[in-house]
Amino acid sequence: MNVVPLDQLWVYLSGHPLLSLLVTLLAFVVAVRINRALGGTPLVHPVTLAIALLIGFLLLADIEYATYFEGAQFIHFLLGPATVALAIPLYDHRERVRRLLWPLLLACGVGIVTAVGSTLGLAMLMGAQPETLLTLAPRSVTSPIAMGIAEQIGGIPSLAAGLVLLTGSIGCALGPGLFRLLGIRDQAVQGFTLGLAAHGFGTAHAFARIGAVAGAFSGLAMGLTGLLTAFLLPLIVKVFGLG
Amino acid sequence: MPLIMGMSVLLACQFAGELLARGLELPIPGPVLGMVILLAGLVIRGKVPSSLRLTGEGLLRYLTLLFVPAGVGLMVHARLIGMDLLPIAVTLVVSTALTLAVTGWALERLQRRQGPGSGA
Repeated sequence: MNVVPLDQLWVYLSGHPLLSLLVTLLAFVVAVRINRALGGTPLVHPVTLAIALLIGFLLLADIEYATYFEGAQFIHFLLGPATVALAIPLYDHRERVRRLLWPLLLACGVGIVTAVGSTLGLAMLMGAQPETLLTLAPRSVTSPIAMGIAEQIGGIPSLAAGLVLLTGSIGCALGPGLFRLLGIRDQAVQGFTLGLAAHGFGTAHAFARIGAVAGAFSGLAMGLTGLLTAFLLPLIVKVFGLG
Repeated sequence: MPLIMGMSVLLACQFAGELLARGLELPIPGPVLGMVILLAGLVIRGKVPSSLRLTGEGLLRYLTLLFVPAGVGLMVHARLIGMDLLPIAVTLVVSTALTLAVTGWALERLQRRQGPGSGA
């Protein structure tokens, strides 16, 4: 019987989709365990932790992101049907959504203007480069929409996707403390706010930590914010004299 | 076969959404349009089929995991982020906090103003 040398075996494995798929799941399990061991603190979000673990692993093992993604794309693909599935909790809570339609739409507009305005204002004050500015602008929108918008107004699409994810994890970390500070206890309000400011991350967080009502409103906010921002952002960017 | 039925419905809606987005050159991603299509379908049908609920809620329970592969992509942009690190970091944290606070406060207010019977 012939034993294949270990380094040859590694060359085969590191290029195989199976490895990236397996390490993604393992990193997620480890991250959830660590988060639980820390008492479920929102400051160390399991997703952020899993991403950090995986980046560390890929750098150590000298695996390119493109190679990793070949395997991990099977998980990534499920984001599409999962987004469609958000219609289910939305349908379950349709009565409440219909009753609150105008407050929700208004709050959404206010939230978007705050998000984009404060982002552009702060980044300009801090002296970010114009390209960074335009890439930052759509950061509170779910990544597929943000990438499209960034491209439209002259930012860098793939960096926009990364900033969107950072925004998501920051939003999840800050959310619970801010809600306590402002005395916001209503699940629907918490969910909607998280979905608006932290898109899919916030929605996932709302489902996992707050409950189904929060998840439904969060999904609604995510979709609504995406739709409205696509129309509003080019206008706001003009107001700031960019684009 | 409830899982297969449910998944087929979700994928069909996503597919229709993609077609619509591409066909009309809308700046909205296909899955978001797919969500709107499924919602319309559920309203017409008047209930959520159990097969769809099983698949959909299963996916939503692990929604956080699904973001991991895209997030790892940040490693590609390490240098770009490093160039503007301070402005990016401060902007992200402060602006996200501001957005959360303003939105939450506004919705809470607006909801209360709608009067009794509308609160939770």
